[in-house]
Amino acid sequence: MKDRLTEELLAIRAAQEIKPGDYCNLGIGLPQLCASHVPEGAIVQAENGTLGYGPLVDQDNVDKMDLDFIDAGGSFFTPAPGMAFFDILTSFMMIRSGRLKSFLGGLQVSERGDLAIHSLSSTDKFPQIGGSMDLAWGAKRLIVLMTHNTKDGVSKIVKELTLPMSARACVDLIITDIAVIEVTSGGLVLRECVPGWTPEEIQEQTEAPLKVADDVKEMEF
Amino acid sequence: MSKICTADKAMARVHDSDMIAAHNWGISGSPGYLFRALVERGVKDLTLCIPNFIPMPEGFVERGLTDPSILLPQVRKIISPFIGARGILSNLSETFLSNLAKEGRLEIETSTHGILMERLYAGATGLGGIYSPVGVDTIVAEGKEKRNIDEVDYVFEKPLRPDVGLIKADKADTLGNLVYRGSARGANPLIAMASKYTIVEVFDVVEPGVLEPEMIVTPGVFVDCVVRIPDEDIYSGKRRTELIQLLAEVMLARGM
Repeated sequence: MKDRLTEELLAIRAAQEIKPGDYCNLGIGLPQLCASHVPEGAIVQAENGTLGYGPLVDQDNVDKMDLDFIDAGGSFFTPAPGMAFFDILTSFMMIRSGRLKSFLGGLQVSERGDLAIHSLSSTDKFPQIGGSMDLAWGAKRLIVLMTHNTKDGVSKIVKELTLPMSARACVDLIITDIAVIEVTSGGLVLRECVPGWTPEEIQEQTEAPLKVADDVKEMEF
Repeated sequence: MSKICTADKAMARVHDSDMIAAHNWGISGSPGYLFRALVERGVKDLTLCIPNFIPMPEGFVERGLTDPSILLPQVRKIISPFIGARGILSNLSETFLSNLAKEGRLEIETSTHGILMERLYAGATGLGGIYSPVGVDTIVAEGKEKRNIDEVDYVFEKPLRPDVGLIKADKADTLGNLVYRGSARGANPLIAMASKYTIVEVFDVVEPGVLEPEMIVTPGVFVDCVVRIPDEDIYSGKRRTELIQLLAEVMLARGM
């Protein structure tokens, strides 16, 4: 078995997509792990109404917990200079205005960039859509972080979604535990391979066809 | 005229089959004290319109905290983008909710956070609904009109006009002008504007003129009743440190 990236390394690679001056939103799950690797000068938005908050409170600084400083995942954050608060209507105007780079987890991405975030149907389970459809639709650039395959080894990068769609043709970049793949109008392009993996081996793990970029390279951290 | 009143008195405006809107995104900004008052009011067949329906981990309601799940016996329908019974340790099991739904005792309507806000906004301003590009061809669009305008597909979403809004603010003056603190603002200002009758719980009430006019987020015209959380309640400003300690335990219980 070849080595795949740990969640932490995947998040570190994904955080390289955040540049100083960017406004970004880090979705629940894998994207949240990017929070500790956001470069200086980039501003993180929490969809419950904060822009530019400081590091999260962890168990070493519980005394800094403030009832009114929580991010979208319910974690407590510390304040930072230049932080702004707003209501959720305003927050989603921001989200749908094309000003944010959004990072979301995913269950499936199709070769056209359709995204499935939830396996639930509306009839038999409970909705946990949250703001994901708004984030996917409205992003300036949408980066999806996920493992390349399911626990059973099935490709999550597919020709057609088999799970309920969250938003159509919305994904720009897929970062998995073995590859970085760009969604282009001409199909999926393999940009980076995790060390130890060849493009052919990555294609074997991928249902949708991949074009290998001329300048395909080994992933760097 | 002063809008200060007790929770009891405020709740007299809630009736069977009303649509109630309330904020919930964790405990911050969620009207936990008013949830308890609504339980005591004992009305039934409510529709609850709420951004998140997130129950506390097991054991915390018994220790004085509240969450939207305490309203369940009185609720017939939930309109919410996020029902947090799955995946997080909670007061309620998914099976319990599932059984309620299967028995036809609970109807669930899903949405997205953004669309829910726009529907409330439409309700607030008297619009007949909105055409949303978010959700097209997804589960939230099932059974709704789809329309192409200038080559973009949209799904029609109806406005929401709750009968009663239950909100929380940091401070109010006696005229109902409100200021919020931090991320506790949430959907509270919008719920105040969209609801026919708005009840707010606050940590503190001041006289008119004390709040800086420029800092007022919700002008008093949108507020009908101001309830100051009594000092002895766990949600009061006086017991804030204790509440924070309890929340640290909630975080631990959720593995955060």
